[in-house]
Formats: sequence, C-alpha cells, structure tokens
Amino acid sequence: VYNFAANYFQEKVIPGHETRSVEALCWAAGDRLFGAGLSGDITEYDLALLCVARSVDGCGGPIWSMAANSSGTQLAIGCEDGSVKLFQVVPGGIQFERNLDRRKGRILCLSWHPSDTHIAAGSIDFLRVFDVCSGNSQIMVNYHVLKVRRECIVWSIAFLSSGTVITSDSFGRVQFWDWQRGTLMESHTVSTSAVLSLAVSEKEDSIIVGTSTGATYQFQLLPVKMGSLEKRWVRTKPFQHHTHDVRAVAHSSTALISGGLDAQLVIRPLMEKMQKKGYDAALRKFTFPHRRLVSCARKARLLLFQFSQHLELWRLGSTDETGKDGEVLPLCRMPEHLVQLKSKGPEHIYCSCVSPCGSWVAYSTASRFHLYRVQYEGDGISIKKVPKVPKLLLPAYQLQFSSDSGSLFVASARGSVHVLQLLEPGGCKHLHTFRPPSGSPEAVYLLASSADGHWLAAVGGDWAIHIYDLKCFKHHCTVPTYSCAVTALAIHPVTNNLVIAYSDQQLFEFSIPEKQYTAWSRMVQNCGLHRVWLERDSPITHITFNPKNPSHILLHDIYMFCVLDKSLPLPDNSALLMNQSTLKQLPETARQRQLHAFKICKKFQPLLFADLLDENCLVMVERPIMDIKTQLPLPIQQKKFGT
Amino acid sequence: KYLGFLAFTFMGLGIRFPYFNILIQIGCGYLAFAFCHEKNPKSVSDQKPLGCWSVKHGQIITCPVVCNFETHEYIAVHDDKVLRIWNNKDINLDKVFKATLSADVYRVHSLPNGGPVVLFKGGGVRTLDVLLEAPQQEIENIISDEVIKWSEAFMEGQQPVLIFTTEKDGDFFVYIQKLKMNSLHRYKLEQQELSKPLSFTAYIKNQIITLLCLYSSDSVYKVLIPLQQNTEEEEQILSKSLLLNLSVSGSVLKGTSFVVLDKDHVAVLGSLAASGEESKECLTIWNTKFQTLQTSKELPLGTSGQLWCYEEKFFFTHGKVLTVIMYKCETSSLAAAVGKLKDSQTPDVSSYVNWNTLGDEELVVSFQSQQSVALKSESKMTVSYNSTVLKPMPCTSELHSICCFQDASTTAFEDELRQLMSKAQMPDFQATIGCVITALINRCKTNPKYYPRNFLLQIVQTRDLSYSLCPDLMAVALEKKDVHLLQICLQRFPDIPEEITYACLKVFLSISEAYLQRIDVNLESVICYIDIEFNNKEVKTEIVENGFSAELEQDIWDTKITKETHLTCDGEFCPVGPQKAALLNAVLHSAYSETFLLPHLKNLPAQQAVLFLRYLYYLYVKCSEKINTTLPGIRSPTINQIMDWMCLLLDAQFTVMVMLPDAKELLSNLHKFVRAQVRFYSELNKIEGSLRELQRLNHQKDSQTYSIEVLELI
Repeated sequence: VYNFAANYFQEKVIPGHETRSVEALCWAAGDRLFGAGLSGDITEYDLALLCVARSVDGCGGPIWSMAANSSGTQLAIGCEDGSVKLFQVVPGGIQFERNLDRRKGRILCLSWHPSDTHIAAGSIDFLRVFDVCSGNSQIMVNYHVLKVRRECIVWSIAFLSSGTVITSDSFGRVQFWDWQRGTLMESHTVSTSAVLSLAVSEKEDSIIVGTSTGATYQFQLLPVKMGSLEKRWVRTKPFQHHTHDVRAVAHSSTALISGGLDAQLVIRPLMEKMQKKGYDAALRKFTFPHRRLVSCARKARLLLFQFSQHLELWRLGSTDETGKDGEVLPLCRMPEHLVQLKSKGPEHIYCSCVSPCGSWVAYSTASRFHLYRVQYEGDGISIKKVPKVPKLLLPAYQLQFSSDSGSLFVASARGSVHVLQLLEPGGCKHLHTFRPPSGSPEAVYLLASSADGHWLAAVGGDWAIHIYDLKCFKHHCTVPTYSCAVTALAIHPVTNNLVIAYSDQQLFEFSIPEKQYTAWSRMVQNCGLHRVWLERDSPITHITFNPKNPSHILLHDIYMFCVLDKSLPLPDNSALLMNQSTLKQLPETARQRQLHAFKICKKFQPLLFADLLDENCLVMVERPIMDIKTQLPLPIQQKKFGT
Repeated sequence: KYLGFLAFTFMGLGIRFPYFNILIQIGCGYLAFAFCHEKNPKSVSDQKPLGCWSVKHGQIITCPVVCNFETHEYIAVHDDKVLRIWNNKDINLDKVFKATLSADVYRVHSLPNGGPVVLFKGGGVRTLDVLLEAPQQEIENIISDEVIKWSEAFMEGQQPVLIFTTEKDGDFFVYIQKLKMNSLHRYKLEQQELSKPLSFTAYIKNQIITLLCLYSSDSVYKVLIPLQQNTEEEEQILSKSLLLNLSVSGSVLKGTSFVVLDKDHVAVLGSLAASGEESKECLTIWNTKFQTLQTSKELPLGTSGQLWCYEEKFFFTHGKVLTVIMYKCETSSLAAAVGKLKDSQTPDVSSYVNWNTLGDEELVVSFQSQQSVALKSESKMTVSYNSTVLKPMPCTSELHSICCFQDASTTAFEDELRQLMSKAQMPDFQATIGCVITALINRCKTNPKYYPRNFLLQIVQTRDLSYSLCPDLMAVALEKKDVHLLQICLQRFPDIPEEITYACLKVFLSISEAYLQRIDVNLESVICYIDIEFNNKEVKTEIVENGFSAELEQDIWDTKITKETHLTCDGEFCPVGPQKAALLNAVLHSAYSETFLLPHLKNLPAQQAVLFLRYLYYLYVKCSEKINTTLPGIRSPTINQIMDWMCLLLDAQFTVMVMLPDAKELLSNLHKFVRAQVRFYSELNKIEGSLRELQRLNHQKDSQTYSIEVLELI
C-alpha cells in the first residue's frame, strides 16, 4: 500500500501466500481492502496488522474479477463457472447476498454502473449486462455474431454513468458501446496484442489502458472542435514504461499509474494537471521494496538475504591488497554460500535478521517464528533450530538483534516490541514486552537498538517513534511527531543520537539522553536540505555509522550511497550536490572550498543494501535489473525500425 | 450621522497617486466633504481632510459634486435646482455663490479641458458658462417622459460629447449630444427579452463610443456607436453583441456596477451566487478576450454596490470603510487566462480609511497588505496622523511612493527599500522590482554621484530579473565600470542584447588587472582550474606586458617576445588574472546570436582581441587536458562555448590578426594545437572499435557477482 501523501512511500506490505494469487483488489466501505483470486476466496486484509483478516469462499471456483459498487456496500465477483455473485459488506466481514443469472464462460471483468443498478461483465466472446434488482442478464454483445475467427477475450470493462461501456480485448481494441442498444460507438485498435487493463478517471473524461506489449495509452473525451458540444474519445498519449504485460492500471486525479509483470510500478503525472514543478510532477518508477531485505553480521562478515520463501546466508570474500580509487582488488578468499534456509509452508517471509556475531538467524512468517543457532566449525557449519521459542503474538514485522548478540527484539502488532534473551548454547526466553504508553492500533515496522544496549527505538504504522530504556524496561520518551512516514532510523553508537530519515527526504537527529533534537538537526531544518536531495526518488532505507568518525552518518537509497559528514557545511542550492567527480579533478588546495557535508557515490545501482563492516570496509549489495529481467517470461516481440 | 456614500469625484488629475485629492460625498445629500492627501512627501500616510462643508438642514444634495478643473471650484446641486459654486477657502456653503435654475438637474459633468457641463432631467444640456449667464433661461425637454438612467461626458478632440441613456416602459434609448455642433442623436437599444440593463459604462476611441451594458441576465453587452453621423435619420436601433457572460463554473455573478480597465479587462462589483450557497459580495476582474474570471476578492462586509476606478485604483465602500485597491492589467495572454502564468492582477493592496473615527476630528489611517487582512483583522496597523514616525508596511503603493521620492536621502531611502524587499512576498513583486530598479537607474542618470552599488547587486542576486525588465541597468553599470554587477547580470539575465554583451567584453578586457584585484568578483567559475597562488606572479608579468604593449616599449618587444610566448602562448599559463578570467567566463556563458554579435566584435581593439584569444586558447588547452573535455567548477565555460567564441573572434578579427606581429606566434601555436587535436581524434576514431571492445570487456568484469573495489569519497 503506497501512501501518495508521503511521497509515494510503500507504507504497508502484506506478504504473499503461495496458494493465494490475487487477481482483483478493491477498496470498499471506506478504507477496507478486499482481494480475490484463483483460490476462490474473497479475502479482507487487516491494514493495521498487515495480514489476512478473514477469508470467505466465493463458491464459484476461481475468482477472476471483483468490483465494489459506488457506495462500497456491495461486492460483485466474477467466477470461473460463469456466475456473478453479490456479497454485502457488513461490519466485521462480508455476507453472501445472491447469485445473478449464470451463463457459461468465466467472468473476466466486472464493472458497476455508478448508479449501482446494473453490472457490466466481460467474458470470452460475450459482453453481458446484469440488472442488479432482478438478477437477470442480457447479452449486450456477442462477438460470435461479429464473425471473428478467433475467440475474443474481454480483459477489462468500465461502465460509465452516461451508459457507455468501455471494453478492452485480446484483439488490442478499446471499444465504446452504448449499453442499451448494444451498438458499437467507437473502436480504437491500440495494439496488435491484447489490451489487458483499463481504468477511468473520476470525472469520466479520461481513461488509461495497459497492453501486453508494455505500452499504456491515455484516451480523453474531447470536443470534436473548439467549443463544440459533441465529444469523442481520442487517443492522446502513448507511454512505454514497461517491457512486459501491464496487468493493472489506475487513474488518479493527477497521474496515470500502471503496474506490470516486469515488477515495476510507474506513476506518470499528467502535466496539464500540475500547477508547479515539484515532487509530484516527476515520473516515478518503483521496482524495489522500500524496506531492508538484507541484513549483515558485521563481526562475522556474513550477509543474510531474504527471499519470499527462503533465506540465504553468505560469507563475504576478502583480499590482502590495497589500491587506488576505482581499482578492483584480487580476492584471496572467495565469497561462500553457507546455507540456504527454506521456509516451510506456503506463507511468505515477513522479516529476517542475522545477529552481529553471525551465530543467530531469525525469521518470521504470518503464523510462525523461527530462531536458528548457527555454529561454525572450521569450514563446516551446523545449524540448529532453537526449540521452544516463546509463544508470541505473530507475525513479527521486524527483527533486530542487539549489538552484543545477547537479545533479540521482535516488532509486533499494536505497537508492542518483545525482548527475547538469547541463551547459550541454543535457547531463548521472553524477557519483556514494551508497549507505547498511550497504545496504538498499528504494528511496529522499524526497530533500532543502541550499541551500548541501553536504548531501543520503535516506529509503528502511526509514524510515532517510541524510545524504550532497556536497562530498566520502561518507556523513555516519544520523538516529536512529524507528519511523514519514517523510512529508516538508527542510533549512533557514540552519542546515542537517533538519526531518522523520513519519506519526504528530511533528516532529523534526536538526542535520546537529552530527549530533544540536536543542534545540528535544528541547523539542518533552518538551512534546509539541498533541492536535489529533496527531489530524490526513493527513500533512505538504511542508516549506519562509522564508530571511528562520529561525525559521519552513512545512508543509502536505491540509487546512491552517501556519507553525511556533519563537520562540513551544508551545501546551498547553488552548489553541486553530487560533486565527487568534480572534487577528484581538483588539486588538493582547491578542494577545501568545494567540500560540503554530502559525499555521494552513485557507482552502485540499484543498491539494495549498504553497511559498514569496519572503519574502512563497506559492503554494498546491488540487485541488477537484468537479473530480474532474465527470470521474467520473454516479452512480446516488437518490430523495431532498423533491426 | 453617516448614512452611506453617494459618490465622489476625483480632482487630482495630473497629480500622481498618492497625492490625489478626492472629493467625497457622504450621506443622502446633507453632508458634503472633501478629503485630500496632504502634499507632504514625508509620509504617504499623512492624510487629512482639506475641507468639510455641509448644506443646511433640510436641503439635499441631488447630484455628485464635481470640481471645475480650470477654476478649482466645486460645483454642487441641491434640491434639484439650486447650483452652488465655491472653492477651498469657503467655509460656509450657505454663503457661497448660488444660482437657482429653471429645471431639475440630472448631473453635472466636469471635463478636464472643456469645463463643466450640466445635464438636465429633461435631457437638455448646457455648459456651465452658458447657464451662469442666464440661470433662469428656459431648458427644453427633449425626452418627454423618459427617465435618464445614466450619463457620461467625454472630450472628442476639442468638443465635449455627452452620452446618456433613458428608459421608458422597458425600452432603453441612447442619446448622444455634441455640444459645440448642437447635434443630438437618439438611438434605441435593441431589446432583450426578460432582462434589462442595470448599469452602463462607456469609453471613446477612434471616434467611436463603446457603450457597455450590464444586463440583469448577468451578461455584459457591447454596443458600438459611431460619432461621425451627420445624417438626421429616423430612430436607429443599436444592435448589441455579447461581450462577457458573468458565470463561472456554476456560480453566477449578480453585477451591480462595473468599469472598463483596458481593452481586455472589465471589473465588476456584485454578488457571486453559487447554487445552494449564500451569495457573497465580491469585486471581480474578468478577461473579455478569453471569457475568464481573472481574479476576485470577497467583500464580506458588504458594499454600496458602487464601484469607481481611477488611475489603476478601485474605490468602493466596504462596510463603513472606503477601500482603495490597486490593480495592474497585463497584456492578456492565454497563459494568464488559464492560470498558468503567475497571476499578478490580484488586487493585492488595500488602503483603508476608517470613517468611524472622523467625528473626533482625528483621521485614522491604516495601510496594510492584503495578506494580513486575510489573516487577522485585529492586527491592523493603526496610525494616528499626529504621530510623526510611521513604519511603512510592504505594499506596492509604498514602493510607488518611494520611487517618487527621488530627493529623499540615500540611506533612508535604501533602508526602506531593503525593508520592503525583505518582507515582500507579493505575486507581482517581480514587476514592482522592475519599476524600482528603473526608478533607481533614472535617479543614477540624473545624479551622477548617486550609485547604490550594493543595493543593486543585492536585488539582481536575489531576484530573477531579466534585461528587458530593467534595460538601463547594465548601461549604467557599464558607465560606472561596476564589473561585479555586470558579471552577475551576465550570469542571470537570459536576454542580454549582443551589443551589451560586447560592451561588457570590451570593458572587462580593458580594465587593468591591478584595479581588478581590489574588486570583489565571483570567482567560482575559475578557482577550480586556475591555481591562484601561482597566477599572482603570472599576473605581474602580465602587467609588464600590458605596459609595453601600450606603445611605450615598442623597441624591447621583439627581444621579449620569445620569452613571453614561452610563458603565455603555449596555453600553459593563464594570460589573465583570475578576476578577469571570471568576468570573461561570464561573457562566454551568456547567450548570443552570431549574426548580431559579429559586427560588434569587429570593433574590438586589436590588443584586446589578442588577449581574449590568448585566454580562449588557454581554456581550450585546459579543456583538452581532461578526458571528458570539461572544466571543473560551477559556471565554468564548456568546450563548445570556448570553440564557438574562438571561431567568432577569429572570423571578426582575422584580417587584423594576421597583420599583427604579436598575434603571429599565438595563431601559429593555436593552429598547431588544433591540428594535433584533429589528428588525435582521427586516430581515436580509427581505434574506436578496439576501444569499444575494451570497454565491453571492462563491463563484463564489472558485472561480476562479487568484487572488492577501492572507493574514495572526498
């Protein structure tokens, strides 16, 4: 769930489930989110606890489509067996209401008329309109009659208040029908392959369609000529942001949003709706999650990678040599894949962590929490599951080991954080549970503990940051609320200052002992950060420190890694923010004048994770897009000129 | 005993705001009152009433009081027939000149050069002179039982023209009376079903009167009436065309009065009623060209429904307060109409005169920016006119006034401006700053000693100005040899004419290095590639060189040239000091068109041309040192700019250069270097394929799944 108000931060993630594919999502009754899929169940999600709240069998085989009516009180689902079923959205769940007239052929798409009296449904070779009151259906279009040789699959449908039905089909057409007469009003062929998705703007004057070639097109309802009352749908803007099927599109009031099989979410602003240049006016692409999927055992030099259903533990390679900037050093020890932990069952992993000493690995799924003890004997490795882990409220949303590897912090629902004590040779016990003093319905999603084992900071879905005292197990203070999502936070090992990165790219430093923002933080807020810094795309996902140089803060997002040197002046907007290449060209004497606090390196992209191993050793984890692409099915071949 | 405003008349024609005098008529006729700004340049806010007159109890002033601009007398009519004429010195209205007329007066119109004209209710018109000769003369009734609704007078050439509209049984008629020719035309206004005109306004242009009518159907119609009509025809029917529909997205403006601002804008005072909502009174400006509502201002306290406009200011009553709002109409463009352009037509400043306190013989004046009104009405700054110290608030009228105070002391004046600059957040501030600079520059021109260097610098640095906004600024800076300001202007203005660019170049090249060293110039474009320490020595030799090139040491030139060229002509050392280099970089960075620049460059003195070429050569060599052929630093010139200027300079000066002995070596070195570069690149081209292969190999190495690299962050 992306929060548009917080710079499109990916605020909530509900991990998947092998047997629950999601074919349709819809919001109903205010902020309730429903999903339906080929498992045949309609699922309601709990957005505070980030899990399935309840699930109801649709009793019609796999569900291909779902739509809520305009008031959000009824859900209609389209099933494999050709039935359209109505469910009532009631407090605490949904209730089966009735079946509408059933015909053969899976219902691939559904759309309610805004007056809630009729539902248009598309299936293979048929378009039907259901009368919600009587439940009767009426064939609006029979593609057999239209003498097409191949079957026509209606992939997506929209019912406008004017009575126009818009369909997109496997022949690459977007068609506009008059539902009462069943006549074709307009037909636009946009692609040689299927048009898979379609969304209408709230004003019903613009639509976006997504095709299987990765292209999206905007159609607008425009007057035939200036001042004329007669309006027609015109294909206005083509975009090619995806390489594969565009499976889902949405039309917000200011942007076209598309999501594709290529794992990208693209937000393309409509420039004519933009009043000024700003964050919203730029094209946004999201490929990677806005959270940390890699954890690092600094002392043991191990990396733990979290995949949807397994974990991989790697030992880093090493070198004996040193060199100049840009040189690649020969390895004296190759990196080693130590172990692969497969999660049992169909559930995806919520979170995972490896302890700094490398001897503990923990992960959690929706219903289970696992803790492993890893022992290294020479080149060999043995891994043992810790028996009898305390029964906790699951799932865990974030796991964090203390820096001495003596305890494990488990972020849990309703703002609570459990503290588990780790026992040699392989056990653990529940020590304490922190809860915010005023309570919170939201789950904790980020944790940070201090190096001295004194403090723990926890951020919940309500964006409040609570700091707990681990020595006397009590709530210490709350950081003043800031109206934006926290994307990363960490506690400085020397000063015990909490550094917080927000999704609007602001940085704050809060002194935990003094319970107030530090002078540097106030200075940053007064001067303001560099414009280029604030306009960056992706949120800071990890913060770490250099214990040898307390003025350094190390941060990274997907596209850059930055050493923030608090001892240097902040750059003003006229200065070059990314000035490393310029600095390298300068003689030593001239550099001094050009130095500023942000030392940014964009060499490694896309950067999934970066951490400091010791004072002169950093580990960076890149996830090349090409690697992802090779795992995707081949895109539809397109003829390009000159090839 | 305040009842409301009837009308007021402006008297200060020709005198600039805020020293205009307005004659305000308060109440239903039994109190007349003249209100003026004192002509005291010390403070704008020192306003006080100049005079106050009242008619006897029981008498009623029946038409707006006007001023005779020629004699500076006021003319009032009370009880329909009694004419009173007086001037500032008179105190008691009872004792002033009085003439009783034979017919009821509708209005008196005062024309700037034509003297007052009296329109009678029966449609008769007399000039005041004629009337005063025989007050009891008979006045004809030409409109029988029609009722005059509105009248207006103009000067067309030398003759006064009077237009008035009448109504009878729902029909409207327009009369045009040319006084000198004694011609009267009567027209009938085309009828409109279900709606009738509420308000009229008219203007005259090119012998055509344009009459605008505000109809009860919430539309403004335009009627054109040609003046050149000599034939006495039957009653003509005037056709009208729709100018503007006063509705915007569902809400309709019920207009009560309106004025024409310029050819594309009208202002309408009325109440805006959206369906289902309570109507709100507001002042609106409409663009007739694009049929859009340009801006509006809500008037929650209510108005009298009357709107006056004079010298780019609106006057209307808002609650019990006379409100003055300044406006500015820009040339209407589509961008402005659809709101993409920063809207600068918002009436942004209101001055209030609080009438409630007048009874105490004390005038309380408050000036405040509109923003503060919107935020907090109690935070009004109220200043009694007795107080001597007045703190000006940032408002456009203040700026205007300051511009007028050309004689104020420099420091006081700058302080005030600075204060305004720091506070102002107004949308049309840009344009205002343009005016301020123009005023400053005008002052600089008239007073050669006056030059607010730092202030100008500050404005140019902090505001996004352009050359066209303050065209004389750079000319004056050139005259004063203010190179820093010129540098900033070159960096910031997008539209400098080539002539000025050339003038800057010439000044920069001619100024001595010694002088420049004392001057603060922005060096950020050069510090990254010129080693300043070393160059200081180099500059000294440069001065020596300048010394003998000024025909003083002609004879030792030949002996020195070999040594000199070793140092400067191989492009290794910078031939100019860092300050001069920074200034030249600003020139290199500015936009130009070759065709327009070339003729000017031909006039560059030969020695300066050689020096400039030498600098360009130095930059070129410096660029070529780096693999990416870019110079480090902010705003440092690009290789394309350097090459373009080099070619341009050679084109312009080639014939001179080849004749000049000291340019010979330079040209030959330049030629050699360019040839070497060309060869180098052609060789590179040959091995391009191999290089690409190498790069590919390199990439393969990069995409290894694990590597340990050295990374240096400075």
